[in-house]
Amino acid sequence: MAQVALEGIHKVYPNGFEAVQTCSFVIQDGEFVVLVGPSGCGKSTLLRMVAGLEEITEGTLRIGDRVVNDVDPADRNIAMVFQNYALYPHMTVSKNMGYGLKNRGLPKAEIDAKVQEAAKMLNLTDYLDRRPSQLSGGQRQRVAMGRAIVRQPDLFLFDEPLSNLDAKLRNQMRIEVRALQRRLGTTAVYVTHDQVEAMTMADRIIVLNGGRIEQIGTPKEIYNAPASTFVASFMGAPPMNVLNATVGSDKHVTLDEGLELPVAAPASSSGPILVGIRPEDLTLGEGSTPFDVQIVEELGAQRLLHGTLGGQAFSVSVSKDHEAATGTIPVGINPGAVHFFSRDDGFRI
Amino acid sequence: MKRAGFTNPWLPILLLVPQLSIIVVFFYWPAAWAIQSSFYLQDPFGFGSTFVGAENYTDIAQSVEYRKVAWFTVYFTAIVTFLSLSIALLLAVKADNVLRGAKTYRTLLMWVYAIAPPVAGFLGIMFFDQSHGPLTRFFGFFGWDFKLGVDYFDTATAMIIVAVWKQIPVNFIFFLSGLQSIPRSVREAALIDNNSGVRRFWDVTFPLLAPTAFFLLIINITYAMFDTFGIIDTMMKGEPGANPMTLVYKVYLDGFRGNDLGGSSAQSVVLMVLVLVLTIFQFRLIERRIHYT
Amino acid sequence: MADLTQTQIAQPTPTRLRFKWSAVFDHLVLIAGSLLMLMPLVYAFVTASYDPVTIHREGLALTFGDQLGTNFEKALLEKGGFTKTVDGMVMLKNSFILGIGFAVGKIIISMMAAYAIVYFRLRFATFAFWIIFTTLLLPLEVRILPSYEAIQRLGMANTYSGLIVPLIASATGTFFFRQFFRAVPEELVEAARIDGAGPVKFFIDILVPLSRTMIAAIFIIMFVFGWNQYLWPTLITTDESLFTLVRGIKQIVLTYSDAAIPEHGQALALAIVAMLPPVLIVIFFQSWFVKGLTESDK
Repeated sequence: MAQVALEGIHKVYPNGFEAVQTCSFVIQDGEFVVLVGPSGCGKSTLLRMVAGLEEITEGTLRIGDRVVNDVDPADRNIAMVFQNYALYPHMTVSKNMGYGLKNRGLPKAEIDAKVQEAAKMLNLTDYLDRRPSQLSGGQRQRVAMGRAIVRQPDLFLFDEPLSNLDAKLRNQMRIEVRALQRRLGTTAVYVTHDQVEAMTMADRIIVLNGGRIEQIGTPKEIYNAPASTFVASFMGAPPMNVLNATVGSDKHVTLDEGLELPVAAPASSSGPILVGIRPEDLTLGEGSTPFDVQIVEELGAQRLLHGTLGGQAFSVSVSKDHEAATGTIPVGINPGAVHFFSRDDGFRI
Repeated sequence: MKRAGFTNPWLPILLLVPQLSIIVVFFYWPAAWAIQSSFYLQDPFGFGSTFVGAENYTDIAQSVEYRKVAWFTVYFTAIVTFLSLSIALLLAVKADNVLRGAKTYRTLLMWVYAIAPPVAGFLGIMFFDQSHGPLTRFFGFFGWDFKLGVDYFDTATAMIIVAVWKQIPVNFIFFLSGLQSIPRSVREAALIDNNSGVRRFWDVTFPLLAPTAFFLLIINITYAMFDTFGIIDTMMKGEPGANPMTLVYKVYLDGFRGNDLGGSSAQSVVLMVLVLVLTIFQFRLIERRIHYT
Repeated sequence: MADLTQTQIAQPTPTRLRFKWSAVFDHLVLIAGSLLMLMPLVYAFVTASYDPVTIHREGLALTFGDQLGTNFEKALLEKGGFTKTVDGMVMLKNSFILGIGFAVGKIIISMMAAYAIVYFRLRFATFAFWIIFTTLLLPLEVRILPSYEAIQRLGMANTYSGLIVPLIASATGTFFFRQFFRAVPEELVEAARIDGAGPVKFFIDILVPLSRTMIAAIFIIMFVFGWNQYLWPTLITTDESLFTLVRGIKQIVLTYSDAAIPEHGQALALAIVAMLPPVLIVIFFQSWFVKGLTESDK
């Protein structure tokens, strides 16, 4: 168990490409932290620096009390689960799981005991003598996890482990992975591009974009108080509606096309602004703002209505009880659920 | 055969005719001819030949000369294969490790592939020249009076050195390619599991390189037995005499210089059988190729 | 608690120079290997810049002399051999003819054969395949005697076709293309048929362009193979005007035993000329070459 502290961590490749801008944060002992963002945002690079698979250009990395910048991956007491599992093709499941322990000089009996225990936890006991090529994707994934668990490391690192699984298996494994981590209490850093995984699994989420950390917070904080339009639109599906508006001298908020919104502008702002409203924070049928519905998407448990509000693209989501059809409907906006962002840099106001 | 094929009746035949006819004329006909004449003894003055049954074969089996050449072939093949494979493996592993200059090293290490065996042999003659070849001097340092072309053992050593030199590039290329096809994530997993580079190599890298290694083994054996003809021919400077030679060279010698067509053909047949066994072995191996993925 | 941010930069530590002894060792090994491969060529090239008497006296050299140009000129232009009509240029020409002729011939014939086997419903397709397959069993050296006989009987000795054609009697090219064609998606043929392309059009308009890189790769390998042929040209070309460079080397080696002072410089120059084209091609088209090598031998 250990705390992971990143101080001033910065990654620049020899060709000049800045993969991770200078950042600092602390991951608490036992915490499950998810690094989430689109492809190329630097989340994997960050993870790999923690693992020791990438060199840290600047900054200090501490695992526990130790500074580990120059420590070999094998000596950092970490375990990693790769996206494509990275199982040793020529070894059986039990050998795969025991390899890391073998190299640390544990006696054979002890290794066998630990492997058995981990196999039981992951329902792999029947497969111990098989080779990876004889296993299904889900089973291979569990072997990869077994390999990590058996080491009882200070830190688990996950690099998009569920991406190669089909949707149904993914949902199931999400729950299993989280439950396992809770049970073991080991600090975990998990990388994914899937915001659903981030929201459902994390104690805290770190949202990255273009090498920069956009926000760190609990899932609730991220969802309810996104720090920028990027976080607001990346996290949560369907995405938040972001509207171009202006705050007039009378403190009224008017959309660029002219429609006035019945919301209170933030105290200090004036001039151009971005207004964010989540699709579920609107009520159909009441209120004074006209919403022009063009497409209705039926999802079963909810309905998504897509159209325009005051000339700008807009979506509303309602539960299955609300009937909906195309045409113009008035919608009510929950004033407490409106977010404001600066038009210059996208940051929250 | 593709599921979606064409059913034109005569076109495929037309397409196959060139290849098949060349093969029949220059492969099957000669092969059959060789087998047939191995059972005959040709009159040296060209007055025809007499059927002698398996006599040519028994002659071979009893010939001291043949046995000597056979042993040399085995010895030569084993050493050349072992040396060129190990040196190439070492170089490939290092070339794979190195971050900078990988491409340059690869170019420098593989160009020798394009040199013709006799040219390599010619260079060998110059290097082992009795009076002032650099390698002769080098060996002289250690008190070894190197006599290329005169001393059997010395000539054999020189041939081995040249043959190994010529073969390293091919093995290097295959090993490097094999190394680069091991998934990066497997190697990273090994980095996390094991902090010793040497142990990582033997536990993870080498087993995954095994298919390539087996395949190269067969290639190298074939090379040492047959493709070194040019090297051997050149380095004995045209005087076979008591010089070391491989079995295939003896086939050529007895057939073309010695005019012993029957004996030479019998030797060819023996080699044919040997190659048959090797190739079957190779294809079996490829089929059962240790496919882990 | 989370200290977020990009604006606070706590004292960044300077980049550490990760100096690893193991990396130095790796480079040393590689440099040693490269030298091993290069030295013979360096020696040969430098020594070729001396006159024969000096070389005979002193052996291989590492510093340049002044005869480089002369030696190369003589190697290429001086008419030597028994009939005094052959010079290096003739041999160069013959080598090119052999190399290119063989490579082109092999590619065309094996592509056609592979196409026939893969894309047509032939009753005897498997039979044809096995006939071709068995040629892998016997390298030319083993059947050298009877092949020579065959050429003699066909009256093809001392001809270019006699040089080139028998070499094509092996399955490697066909195998290679067969494997490649099998990997081409089925849908392509189906789409072509719907578009009204017959087998010939499909082959020329679609399959051949698709195979471009493979053709290049195989061409390189086959060119080198043909250029470097030794035993076969030695046997069936006694007419000196058909000698290839590699064949010419043998002549030189033979004269070594006879002549008082062999033409060392010239010989080395000729050897270098014999080496140059294949080596240059392999170096400049490295990636294709490697691809052809690693994919063709499976």
